[in-house]
Amino acid sequence: MRSAWIIAKRDLGSFFNSPIFYVVTTVFLIIYSFIFFNILNFFSFQSFQAGQLQAMGINLNLNEMVIEPSLQNMSVILLMIIPIITMRSFADEKKMKTFRLLLSSPVHLREIILGKFLACMIVVAVMILISSYSVGFLFLLGEPEPGPVITGYLGVLLMAGCFVSVGIFASSLTDNQIIAAVLTFGFSLFMWVIGWGAQAAGSTTGQVLQYISIVDHLERFLKGLVNTSDLVYYLSFILFNLFLCHRVLDSNRWR
Amino acid sequence: MIEVENLTKHYGPRRAINNLTFQVAQGEVVGFLGPNGAGKSTTMNILSCILPASSGTVRIQGYDTFEHSLEIRKMIGYLPETPPLYPDMSVRDYLMFAARVRGMTGKRTGNAVEKVIGSCSLTDVSHRIIGRLSKGYQQRVGLAQAMVHDPDILILDEPTIGLDPIQIIEIRKLIQELAASHTIILSSHILPEITQICQRVIIINEGEIAAVDSLEGLTASLRKSERLSLTVRNEAKQVEEKLNSLEQVLSVLPGEKNQFLLECELNSNLQDEIARLALENQWGLVELKPLSLTLEDIFLKLTIEEKDVQA
Repeated sequence: MRSAWIIAKRDLGSFFNSPIFYVVTTVFLIIYSFIFFNILNFFSFQSFQAGQLQAMGINLNLNEMVIEPSLQNMSVILLMIIPIITMRSFADEKKMKTFRLLLSSPVHLREIILGKFLACMIVVAVMILISSYSVGFLFLLGEPEPGPVITGYLGVLLMAGCFVSVGIFASSLTDNQIIAAVLTFGFSLFMWVIGWGAQAAGSTTGQVLQYISIVDHLERFLKGLVNTSDLVYYLSFILFNLFLCHRVLDSNRWR
Repeated sequence: MIEVENLTKHYGPRRAINNLTFQVAQGEVVGFLGPNGAGKSTTMNILSCILPASSGTVRIQGYDTFEHSLEIRKMIGYLPETPPLYPDMSVRDYLMFAARVRGMTGKRTGNAVEKVIGSCSLTDVSHRIIGRLSKGYQQRVGLAQAMVHDPDILILDEPTIGLDPIQIIEIRKLIQELAASHTIILSSHILPEITQICQRVIIINEGEIAAVDSLEGLTASLRKSERLSLTVRNEAKQVEEKLNSLEQVLSVLPGEKNQFLLECELNSNLQDEIARLALENQWGLVELKPLSLTLEDIFLKLTIEEKDVQA
């Protein structure tokens, strides 16, 4: 565990020293903020209308109408941006021949992988943390329920964890960062849209596809529900990818 | 103590090394010598537990590389052909990382890094970014990285490659200093380097050991004839003739400026005879000396003769 943290710290230093992190974070924040304020604008327009018409029974809820769609959109942006964060992990180590330093050190392979995963997760968490100014803003203006906000962010983090684990795995397959990024993006997107086939596939297969789909599990988190099956899905998704990464790196040595 | 037995490594269908067996004693400095692609780096990668062997065993201080690789990795400092440097880190940060990832903790880490920065003459550049350093400094950082955790065994893959002559001398000196307290295995293309640093040479060719011996042993075993060099002042055409008439002289090769290279039978001790001839015939003796076989000759002989046989 100590070694994993040492490796994670080095990777973090390298992230915060490189322009990639700042460019990616800036792009992420601009797009997210644009979407967020559009949603907020739409909400205030609707609440203005509702006030004028004095329409009864219309439930204007900050959580449901602003935070939920914002986080949903955020997860789409993360899908596109995380491959760029994870692509360096192993691809760069292999290309720069620095991987031999780690391999000749008294460190288990799983600690190296965990270190890489931690570093990328911390970077993503920092980005999400900065973007949470938007929700802080809502707490200043109105009274959203804190419960679903917390579970919503937990869901987004877990989903980001899935993307990161895919990215780490893809990065172990190649020493080319671009290939790693494209593979990550492709596989993540596929896991996202796989649920769309549910309707055409018939009941049982449809349910399976629905469960496999990465995005389906996020919805319940956003609504404030922490379901064991969703937690198990995300955690096993992450562990499975890290396990594949371990297999790949281990078998590379035998070739 | 390093014991290597029947070590074989395949990369797919290609056999990189075949049945290597050798020992390296505690405190010894051993040189790996061989042409490119002979299997030196592969052997070193296996010794430092980066690659598993296809068959055969390596035991280091009694530990097997396969079963107790973590213990072995603690004792080993490894400098690969390309130093494993993160170009975006400063020298000091990088060495701190290398020390920590190799298991050093607390204050010891800082002290060890300071020590190694001093001994590798990196003090002036310790705050600079590795990517901006010259090749020579980068190589030194690579060497520092291998010894920062004070390992018993150093495995250095071509430690002086790409350096200028002054830097080579510096690194060589450093290795010689380290040799006092470490077991060192190093590979090199530069043959005189091995002569200067190593007590023993392992010559590898096409994945197999061509020779393991001390330098003197190698020279002696390969010497089928003795060589003398004779230089005279006066231009005398009869010199060659007279030399050829000596019974034990196998061949005479006239060189530049009245120099002659003589190939004579082993233990013939012809110096007296030649000196007498020179005096009698007034050649004007300038120099008469025995030539010993250089490592370069040995190396070429071993690797080329073998090829000839195969061809």
